[in-house]
Amino acid sequence: MTAFVIRRLIGMVAVLIAVSFLVFIVFILIPVGDPAQRMAGKNPSQQNIVNIRKKWGFDKPFYVQYVRMLQKAGTGLLPGPHGEYDVLSSFQNRQNVAHQIERGIPVTFSLCIGAALIWVLLGTLVGIFSAVTAGRWSDRLVTTLALIGISMPVFFLGIVLRYFLAEKPAHPLFPDGEYVPLTKDPVQWAYHLILPWFALSVLFIGFYGRVLRSNMLDTMNEDFVRTAKAKGLDPRSVLVKHVLRTSLIPLVSLFALDFAAVLGGGAILTETVFELHGVGWYAAQSVGDLDLPPIMGVTLYGAFFIVLFSAIADVVYALLDPRIRPT
Amino acid sequence: MAEPATDFTLDTAAALASEEHEVAIVGRSPWYLAWRRLRRNYIALFSLAVFLLIVIACALAPVYAHHVAHTGPNDTHVAEQVNVGGHERPVIGGGAQFNAKTGKFEIKQVVILGPTWWHAHGKFVLGADNLGRDVAVRLLYGGFNSLKIGIGSALICTLFASFLALLAGYYGGWIDWFITRFFDLIWAFPVFLLAIALGSALSVNGFHHFGISIEPGSLWIPTLVISYVLIPYIGRPIRGQILSLREKEFVEAAIGQGAGPLRIMFSDLLPNVASTILVFFTLIVAINILTEAGLSFLGAGVRLPDPSWGNLIASGQNQIVTAPWLALLPGIAIVLTVLSLNIFGDGLRDALDPRAKVRIER
Repeated sequence: MTAFVIRRLIGMVAVLIAVSFLVFIVFILIPVGDPAQRMAGKNPSQQNIVNIRKKWGFDKPFYVQYVRMLQKAGTGLLPGPHGEYDVLSSFQNRQNVAHQIERGIPVTFSLCIGAALIWVLLGTLVGIFSAVTAGRWSDRLVTTLALIGISMPVFFLGIVLRYFLAEKPAHPLFPDGEYVPLTKDPVQWAYHLILPWFALSVLFIGFYGRVLRSNMLDTMNEDFVRTAKAKGLDPRSVLVKHVLRTSLIPLVSLFALDFAAVLGGGAILTETVFELHGVGWYAAQSVGDLDLPPIMGVTLYGAFFIVLFSAIADVVYALLDPRIRPT
Repeated sequence: MAEPATDFTLDTAAALASEEHEVAIVGRSPWYLAWRRLRRNYIALFSLAVFLLIVIACALAPVYAHHVAHTGPNDTHVAEQVNVGGHERPVIGGGAQFNAKTGKFEIKQVVILGPTWWHAHGKFVLGADNLGRDVAVRLLYGGFNSLKIGIGSALICTLFASFLALLAGYYGGWIDWFITRFFDLIWAFPVFLLAIALGSALSVNGFHHFGISIEPGSLWIPTLVISYVLIPYIGRPIRGQILSLREKEFVEAAIGQGAGPLRIMFSDLLPNVASTILVFFTLIVAINILTEAGLSFLGAGVRLPDPSWGNLIASGQNQIVTAPWLALLPGIAIVLTVLSLNIFGDGLRDALDPRAKVRIER
């Protein structure tokens, strides 16, 4: 087991290096043209361009630039071709990217942890309910609802919820936008986050419900379940201890990846619609101006979470399921 | 026959054959069997019909624009009047207006023309937007863009992913290692963020490498970006299937007959995963339409003024209180399209392989 964990950790570092290199290719090599020229502004003097090129190391070979990028990713000053040092993009873009991401983390974590609790709970309930009543009208209803849930763009659901519950009514049920820090007022924090939590979790509820339903239906036909029933166990305990436990295992790795993705800025659409100033929102703000360094920073940050969580999931998976435990 | 054959004798086969009516036994291909199952699934067929209707309607957008609405997707009609059921109504009312009585400018709340249904004889059937453009026309043109990207990227993605999966599964060894690591690398990013990153990096100057040149505003950018980021979602499960098929006897038989790698890959292995690929294709079109909508919503996909369902919602969002139809209509269009595709995809999966566990994990 220890060897497995160590091997997984080494793999994790390797993937992170590859990831950072891909990010480098995407942001530095793909946008062709001279980045120094773009940074220098509209009518630059030749001297100016040469200075910028020297200062940002655009005259160096690409591997030197790559190492430089890694160093700066740590401090947050990313050498973007169009970024925070772009004279045209003014003061807003001169902010330290790592700093801004750090500022968004409490909001993003509040949103994602709350939504994750909701989607795991409701997704499991939906899955169990429709598997137990499979074929009946209640199953049809729930599966149809789940299907509508996964067919709905999350930002559209957010807009609809905001419009009908927070903006249109004379006495709105829910507050519109605004994030209240947990440390300031826990009740208001939760109250302000109910709509975003719900909007973010609907897709996952539908998805997990469907996956769990079909997993459970498969497991119910297994021999060991028949044996358990045949030896006279209480059907309820067969359902929970035999069927559900086995069916939930594949969901663990699914959950790890989904949770990592939303933590790592994947909730960008929900954050944008509800104007929650989290990590994803920060990246979304820069898309309009094609201000690449923030997007680059958030992408690296998100990849970090995914790589970390998928390593954790593999270990947990091995602990839960002895069949795949490595020797 | 008088009594049933209880013991198997040499005559049993002949006896059974004599019992059959003289009907030639027709070979039934798996595709025919699947079609027979699908034919009975009315909900799935209905969904397919809905999807095809939406596609046809969007493909006919130019016809609608020229002959019914008499306007283009980017034509503005800000200062114009429209005859709605006998009344002249401004396309955009309110704003700063000169009042002849008092001789002053008055600022009134801007009122955008809502859906006229058919009262204006095809003009502004679904209302106008804040620049006085015909929403119905933009919705159809936007839908066509969204569908082009959704279907196009799904095609590219499935073709490319299936090819990689075939290579990896057939050859194994370092080719497999390399391709699996490639999948892992894309897998290591939050899909949507990677798409945004690529979409916006490509929008700076377009793409001009390897002899390929794509301009910044091109629809190819979202198409290629989406197909690239979703490759592992199809590639991984298909590679798994190929790996297990590779060990089957029929592959050994093919090798024994002297078949080369190309023949084994394309005429022995590929037909066996074709049904899986087909199901994935249907479901990935749905996912791609959603992804495109999200990208365009943020401005990293189709760029204004070119419409797409995603950016129509984004621009309608600001007028949600005064003109809710602007954001709601394209949203409903997306939900209908994606829902019909998902239902049909489920039906197709059940029909092609009732016991399969084909599933897109995300």
